[in-house]
Amino acid sequence: MSTSSLIVIILIGAFATFMLGRQRSLSVAAPLGGKRHLHSLPNYYGSFSSLLWAIPALGILALWLIFDDSVIYNLVWASMPEHLQALSDQERSLIYNQIQGIAMNGSADPSVDPAMIKAAEHMNSLLDSSKTALAIVSILAGIIGSAIALSLVKETFQARNKVESIIKVFLILSSCIAILTTIGIVLSVLFESLRFFQSVSPIEFLFGTHWSPQIAIRADQVGSSGGFGAIPLFTGTLLISAIAMFVAVPVGLMSAIYLSEYASHKVRDMVKPVLEVLAGVPTVVYGFFAALTVAPSIRNMGESIGLSVSSESALAAGLVMGVMIIPFVSSLSDDVIHAVPQAMRDGSYGLGATRSETIRKVVFPAALPGIVGGVMLAISRAIGETMIVVMAAGLAANLTANPLDAVTTVTVQIVTLLTGDQEFDSPKTLAAFALGLVLFAITLTLNVIALHIVNKYREQYE
Amino acid sequence: MSLTDTADASTGLAFGDEPSTVQENSSMDVSTSDIPETAVGQPLVSDPKMTMRNVDVFYGEKQAIFKVNLDIARNEVIAMIGPSGCGKSTFLRCLNRMNDTIVDCRVGGQIELDENSIFDAKLDVVSLRARVGMVFQKPNPFPKSIYENVAYGPKIHGLASGRTELDEIVETSLQKAGLWDEVKDRLQEPGTGLSGGQQQRLCIARAIAVSPEVILMDEPCSALDPIATAKIEELIAELSENFTIAIVTHSMQQAARVSDRTAYFHLGYLVEVNDTETVFTNPSHRLTEAYITGRFG
Ligand SMILES: Nc1ncnc2c1ncn2[C@@H]1O[C@H](COP(=O)(O)OP(=O)(O)OP(=O)(O)O)[C@@H](O)[C@H]1O
Ligand SMILES: [Mg+2]
Repeated sequence: MSTSSLIVIILIGAFATFMLGRQRSLSVAAPLGGKRHLHSLPNYYGSFSSLLWAIPALGILALWLIFDDSVIYNLVWASMPEHLQALSDQERSLIYNQIQGIAMNGSADPSVDPAMIKAAEHMNSLLDSSKTALAIVSILAGIIGSAIALSLVKETFQARNKVESIIKVFLILSSCIAILTTIGIVLSVLFESLRFFQSVSPIEFLFGTHWSPQIAIRADQVGSSGGFGAIPLFTGTLLISAIAMFVAVPVGLMSAIYLSEYASHKVRDMVKPVLEVLAGVPTVVYGFFAALTVAPSIRNMGESIGLSVSSESALAAGLVMGVMIIPFVSSLSDDVIHAVPQAMRDGSYGLGATRSETIRKVVFPAALPGIVGGVMLAISRAIGETMIVVMAAGLAANLTANPLDAVTTVTVQIVTLLTGDQEFDSPKTLAAFALGLVLFAITLTLNVIALHIVNKYREQYE
Repeated sequence: MSLTDTADASTGLAFGDEPSTVQENSSMDVSTSDIPETAVGQPLVSDPKMTMRNVDVFYGEKQAIFKVNLDIARNEVIAMIGPSGCGKSTFLRCLNRMNDTIVDCRVGGQIELDENSIFDAKLDVVSLRARVGMVFQKPNPFPKSIYENVAYGPKIHGLASGRTELDEIVETSLQKAGLWDEVKDRLQEPGTGLSGGQQQRLCIARAIAVSPEVILMDEPCSALDPIATAKIEELIAELSENFTIAIVTHSMQQAARVSDRTAYFHLGYLVEVNDTETVFTNPSHRLTEAYITGRFG
C-alpha cells in the first residue's frame, strides 16, 4: 500500500471515528434523558475519538518515513558480499545509488555485478514489506487509540477539556518549531564562525580596517595577503542604514500622522493601500532604480557644484532604501496611532488644545512604544537589505563616512563570499558566517536597547 | 453627601429612578405631534451666560436635535435628563463645539456665550474650549503624571509664567477638585494609576485648571461607585459658586440633588425646562411626568 493511500485511509478513519465517538456519546446520553446530561457536547466526544485515532496513526507514519531509509540502507549493506563491504564510504554511497536505480527501473545491462542485482531485489522486497508493515502498525495504533477513546466515553468524561489540552499541545509544538529553527540557525552560524576564528583572530576580524578576503593558492600570487578586518563593512552598513532611516523615519511618521489624524476617511482609504504598495515592490526593482536613475543624477548634481562623486555612492543606496522602508514605518505607526483611544484626544481638545498640540503631547507619547517597534523593524530591514546595495553602492570596502563614496555592506559581502565556486572550509567562505553572527548580535542588541527605552519612557493608557 | 444619604435616596424612590420592568406600550407610543414647539416651563432667563436659539444638529442625513431654545443662567447648575439616545450628549457637545471633531456632524442655529456667537469666525474654537471646559463620562486622564495632567491645560495656554506659578495652579486646582490631600505626596505618579473616582476628580481638576467659565459634564458619575459619586456631587455644589455647570445625568436623584434647573429632552426635542423642584414634583408635560415616574427609560 502506498503512503498516500495510507494517508487517505487514516483521514477516512478519522471521520469514521468522529462519527463513532459522537454516536456513542449520544447513546450514552439517551437513557439519561438527552445530551444535556453529558459533560461535553457530542462533537467533543467525536473529536476526542478522532484525535486519538489520528495522532498515533500519523505519528507512527511520520517516524517511519524519517527512519525508513537508513534502516533499509543498513539492511541492504548487511546482506552485501565481502568485496563490496570493504569499500570506502564514498564509494559505498555511489554503489547504493546504483542499486536504488536498478531497484526502481530494473537493469538490462549484463555487465552489472550480479551481487548488485541481488541487492536490488533484496531492497525491493524490503521496501514492500516496510510498506505493508507500516500500514499494519499505524492502523493498529490508530485502532488501539480510538478503542481507548471510545471506551472512555461516559457522561462524566470531560472530553471538552481533553480536546482543549490536545489543541494546546499542538499550539505549543508549532511555536517550538519556530523557536528551535532560530536556535538551530544561530548554533550553526556560531560553530562555523568558531572554525573561522581558528584561522583568523577575532581581534583582527572585529577591529581590523582592511577587508580583502583573498586566500592565496600559491605563495607568490599577487594579493596573497588576505585581509579580514570587518570594520569597513560595518561602517558601510551603518552609513547606509543611517541615511535610509534619515529618509524613512520623518517621512513615514509624518505621513502616518497625516493619514490617521488629518486625512478624511476617503483619502485615508485611498492613500494607505497605495503607500503599502511601496512595500510590495521587489527590492531588485528598487536596486536598478537606484543604480540607473538615482546614482547618476546624484553624480551629476554633485559634479555641477564641484564635488567628486563616485558613480556608485552610499547616498544613492541609502536614499532609495529609505523610500523602500517608508511603508514599514508609516503603516505600523498609523496602526498604533489609530489605536490610541478617542477619549484621549477628546480630553485634550476639551481643554482647548489644537490638533498638533494634541498629537505632539498626547497621541504621540501614547503611541510611542508601537512607533519605536515599527522603526526597529525598519532598521532591521535596512541592515539586512542586500540587493539595493549591490547595485547602487558597489563592492569596494572603503572605510569612510562620506556618503558620496562607494561603500559596501556586511550582507553584500556575505553574498559575494558565498557565490561562485568555493571550497567550503576556506577562511574566505567561513568569514561569511562570522559576519552573519556579528550582524545578528548587532540587531539583537538594537532590539534589546529599544525595548528598554520603550519600557522606561512609555506612557501607558488603559 | 454621605453614603447613607445616597442609599436613602435610592430606597426612598422619591422619583422612581429605576423604570419598572414592564414597559407600558401606550406611553412609549408618543408621536412627535405630542411634543411642544417650544419647551414648556422656563427655558429663557434674563442675563444668561449662554443662549441657544433654534439649535439643530445633524449626523449626516439624520437629525439628532430639533430647534432647541434654551438659556443657561450665570453660576447655575443645569441638569439635562431624558431617555437614552434622546440627544443629551449631542446637545452638550454643541456648547463647546466638540461636535466639530466628529466627521459629518452639522450644527445649525445660534449659540452665544456672553452674547458673542461661538460660531463667529473671529472667535477661535480653541479659546472657546478653554472657556467652556468639559468632563467626560468615562474618566480619561492622560497617560502622564498627576501633575502633568493638571498642568497640561495651563501649559498650552501659557497661563503660568514660571514653575512656581504652575505649581500653584496645580495645587489649587487639585484642592478645588477635592483631590489634593489624596495625591499631594505622589504628584509624579501616573494619573492612570488612580482609582476611578480619583481619576474623575483629576479630570475635573484638569478642566478647572484652565479657569473656564462654564463646565460641561457628560454623565460624570456613571462609571463610579456611590461614595465616589457622593464626592463628585459635593464638588459640583462647591464649584457652582464660581462656575456655570451643565450636567447630563441618568440618575434623577442626582439631578434633584445637584441642579438648580432641569431640562428634559425627548427624541431630540427639548420638552420641558423648569426649577428642579418643580420638574420633579409638579411636571407640566405628560412626557416629563411619564419619564420621571419611570414609565419609560
Ligand atoms: N457620532 C455619531 N454619528 C451618528 N449618529 C450619532 C452619533 N452620536 C450620536 N448619534 C445619534 O444621535 C442621537 C443622540 O445621541 P446622544 O449620544 O446625544 O444621546 P444621549 O441622550 O447622550 O444618549 P445616552 O443617554 O445613551 O448617552 C442618537 O440617536 C444617536 O444614535
Ligand atoms: Mg450620552
